[in-house]
Amino acid sequence: SFLQGSKLEIPLWLAKGLRDSKRRIISVELPKIYKEAWRTVFTADATVVDLHKMGPYYYGFGSQLLNFDNPENPEIAQTILQTFISRFRRIMDDSQNAYNEDTSVLVARLDELERTLFQAGQKGLNDFHCWEKGQASQITASSLVQNYGKRKFPDVDG
Amino acid sequence: RGSSSFRSEAKSGRTDLIFLIRFRHCYLLRNQRCILAYLYDRLLRIRALRWEYGSVLPNTIQFHMSTEEVEWFNRYKKSLATYMRSVGGEEGLDLTQDIKPPKSLYIEVRCLRDYGEFEIDDGTTILLKKNSQHFLPRWKCEQLIRQGVLEHILS
Repeated sequence: SFLQGSKLEIPLWLAKGLRDSKRRIISVELPKIYKEAWRTVFTADATVVDLHKMGPYYYGFGSQLLNFDNPENPEIAQTILQTFISRFRRIMDDSQNAYNEDTSVLVARLDELERTLFQAGQKGLNDFHCWEKGQASQITASSLVQNYGKRKFPDVDG
Repeated sequence: RGSSSFRSEAKSGRTDLIFLIRFRHCYLLRNQRCILAYLYDRLLRIRALRWEYGSVLPNTIQFHMSTEEVEWFNRYKKSLATYMRSVGGEEGLDLTQDIKPPKSLYIEVRCLRDYGEFEIDDGTTILLKKNSQHFLPRWKCEQLIRQGVLEHILS
């Protein structure tokens, strides 16, 4: 049993489930990167922030936070959007130009959404080079099966 | 008599109970979401197997599938076969073939492991032994390449 007024850390999905505008069971405090102090850092220059350390789900989590009635929501939403816009160009450029290179430095400070975007860009780049080399018509083994081949399974009579 | 006092007791403890019930309900819903996500991911992989591997799954994979998943795979197979028969005229169209754009009718392949005898269209059989190389019709080899038995060599 919990005392009224006690402060806890709970997972987002639990907070979402307990939220009720009629019966005020819980109120949510914003994590610091969505608060005013950090928001000004983001508006100054979002491209230098290490979103992996700060997140790593800055965009996803931030969007979910908007579910709770917080007077700062419009500012939070705006900051998240502007951050994405200012960082996107570099992510796209990097992912389209790093061919056959070690990209760990490029992705180190990206949040998970940005990393997915980066990988999509890389895949496009690699597919293009594959096509350029004339390898697009080469039939390849199914990746699902290649993995199975390497693992040991108990003997089953077929 | 006893029931009215019970009712008033239940009413006074109500706010506590509501919190606990909600709490537990959240957990149940989350567990359900996790399980569904896992099962759905498995289903997507099983579906991909039909396209990438073929219509007969190796025992090593089937061993790890639940009865319902095997049933699902068979129903999906059937659905796909019915659809493929309905397009492309009389013989239907095998959509699982030529996934990569074909450049020639015949291709060079190398055998990656001992497979045994393999019959080609004109009735002759070829022995597929590890490291042997052959020049074979593309449509015959495609499945074996995808299964990892043969390797497609580009000239």
